[in-house]
Amino acid sequence: MSLSLLSRGEMQFDQLLQYTLSGLSTGAIYALIGIGFSIIYNATGIINFAQGEFVMLGGLFTLTCLDLLKLPIWAAVPCAVVASTVAGLLFERLAIRPLKAPTPINLVIITIGGSILIRGLAMLAWGKDTHSIPSFSGDDPIAIGGATILPQHLWILAITVIIIIINKYYFYYTISGKAMRACAYNRRAAGLVGIDVRRMVLFSFLISSAMGAMAGIIVAPLTMTAYDVGVMLGLKGFCAAIIGGMSSGMATVVGGLLLGILESLGAGLISSGYKDAIAFIILLLILFIRPQGLFGKADSERV
Amino acid sequence: MNCRVISYLFVAVTIMFSTTALAAAPIKIGGLFAVTGPAAFLGEPERNTANMVVDEINKAGGVKGHKLELVVYDTAGDATKAVQLTTKLIKDDKVVAIIGPSTTGETMAVIPVAEKLQVPLISCSAGSKITDPVKKWIFKTAQNDSLAVGRIYEYLQKSKQTNVAILSVSDGFGASGREQLKAQAAKYGIKIVSDDTYGPKDTDMTVQLTKIRGSHVQAIICWGTNPGPAVIAKNARQLDIKTPIFMSHGVSSKKFIELAGEAAEGIKIPSGKVVVADQLSNSDHQKKSLMSFVKDYQKHYKTEGDHFGGHAWDAVMLIKNAVEKGADSPQSIRDNLEKTRGFAGIGGTFNYSPQDHAGLGKDAFVLVEVKNKDWVVVK
Repeated sequence: MSLSLLSRGEMQFDQLLQYTLSGLSTGAIYALIGIGFSIIYNATGIINFAQGEFVMLGGLFTLTCLDLLKLPIWAAVPCAVVASTVAGLLFERLAIRPLKAPTPINLVIITIGGSILIRGLAMLAWGKDTHSIPSFSGDDPIAIGGATILPQHLWILAITVIIIIINKYYFYYTISGKAMRACAYNRRAAGLVGIDVRRMVLFSFLISSAMGAMAGIIVAPLTMTAYDVGVMLGLKGFCAAIIGGMSSGMATVVGGLLLGILESLGAGLISSGYKDAIAFIILLLILFIRPQGLFGKADSERV
Repeated sequence: MNCRVISYLFVAVTIMFSTTALAAAPIKIGGLFAVTGPAAFLGEPERNTANMVVDEINKAGGVKGHKLELVVYDTAGDATKAVQLTTKLIKDDKVVAIIGPSTTGETMAVIPVAEKLQVPLISCSAGSKITDPVKKWIFKTAQNDSLAVGRIYEYLQKSKQTNVAILSVSDGFGASGREQLKAQAAKYGIKIVSDDTYGPKDTDMTVQLTKIRGSHVQAIICWGTNPGPAVIAKNARQLDIKTPIFMSHGVSSKKFIELAGEAAEGIKIPSGKVVVADQLSNSDHQKKSLMSFVKDYQKHYKTEGDHFGGHAWDAVMLIKNAVEKGADSPQSIRDNLEKTRGFAGIGGTFNYSPQDHAGLGKDAFVLVEVKNKDWVVVK
């Protein structure tokens, strides 16, 4: 009797460990996408609903580099990031900047329109099929306690950490990073002290589309990719950013990880039917109860 | 001079009109396929196939002197649009029969229209409620989900794997499969120990699989269409799950093997015979149809024809056969369709009757398994 209880307890623990690990790796992706949302929000005051599409572009450009240009994976990844970043810059130049009356509602609607356009073009270019991309380093599972993960999960976690560190360094130790923070505090004042606000907006699109693309590339081997993967991933990233109070620092990272873990625990312990509902219930609760984010003070520093 | 030109023109025009009048009027068929949108994986091969078959029939001189003319509209998987387009096909284009729509939801929505305007409709979707109860003007070519479920359960019963876990996608296809899996379980002595779902856009199913692993079942049945099942196959490999995995006919194409890679090995599915056409014995009635469809599709579209395209192939051929027997109006085509017996198509051997407008039996499905990156019939 006690033995069976013990083994049952162990099994429960293994399950919990697996849920948490699965949650962490999905959460890391949400975090990367979420940071992309916040960077643009802080520089421009808009929510860029096309953010998810850069995630999709990252994956699909990698596919093109691998299949069509026959590049090895280490070369295909940077190429795909560059290509998606160029798409991000074009989007800012052609859709955001020429706007005569850039009120937030106009801009938000433009980003939604832009996302539909990008998705449509991707559908024409890559077709409607789902595509798979090989893992960076094999598919042999790695056992951690009673749980297993894939080498690709380690890549995801490692690349996420590296990007976050670079991000932190950029915002705190470089001139243009500091200028971008200045824009986030007060665009008008930043303009008055000689910061080119429009250039900072362009920069913000550059950084966030590159990050989105990277997120899309590192998950593609696990989740596969298609022209329409950006929608759901974009929404989840948005949730992460909201939990983090639209901060482009650790708060959004924690928000993403929290979301990933809660989703997988919810699916595992309650019911898998409620997985997406959990994410959106959290989103609504945060917006109702703590619109400044889970960790934010009412008037917090957002960068 | 001017007068002469006019008279020439007059003669030319008269001749033009009279020649068209001499050739028999074309038979107009409507096609409603979800070429774009979430069900594009169904609609696209269906439209391609319908176009291909109609072209070929016309090249061979048509049916009894009539050319076939196919009018295709894209429903984008939207039931409202499907209803509008059905009305358009019947009232504006004056078609005598309709092929499609691609999904069960759309089909259910257009049934009242086709019934009221009295035009035969051959649906390419699988839901059993389309022809159960039988509706006068409605037929279908896609195999019922219940037949697919029956195939899996039969195998499980035979191999005494009676405790199963089901994992279905939370859309129409998954819901219908789940319903059938639950409804037929008792009949085959199967016990459903765990019942989980996943979202059509979900990217990680390790959680559901971990839960299933904890419940010690003898088989896992997953009901969904790409890419979800491929993700599940990969996740199961990651978790080192040794339990046999069964999937639905929704993944019955090479695409699944391509997506899931190594992880697809050993997975069994009930499938139309089209994926194993070349492995069938020559005595199989369907072999001739299957081989010609597979080869044609490969030639025209440079990719393999799947069983979704097969639904449209069957529908066009059924109409062709009806016309061949002398029908040219909606009423006579319907009547001849209902008299179809022993037509060996892609989905199976069709036997329509006043009591059965689905027309297929258990032999429509074979159980196949992934071996060395290809589908192989399970003996």
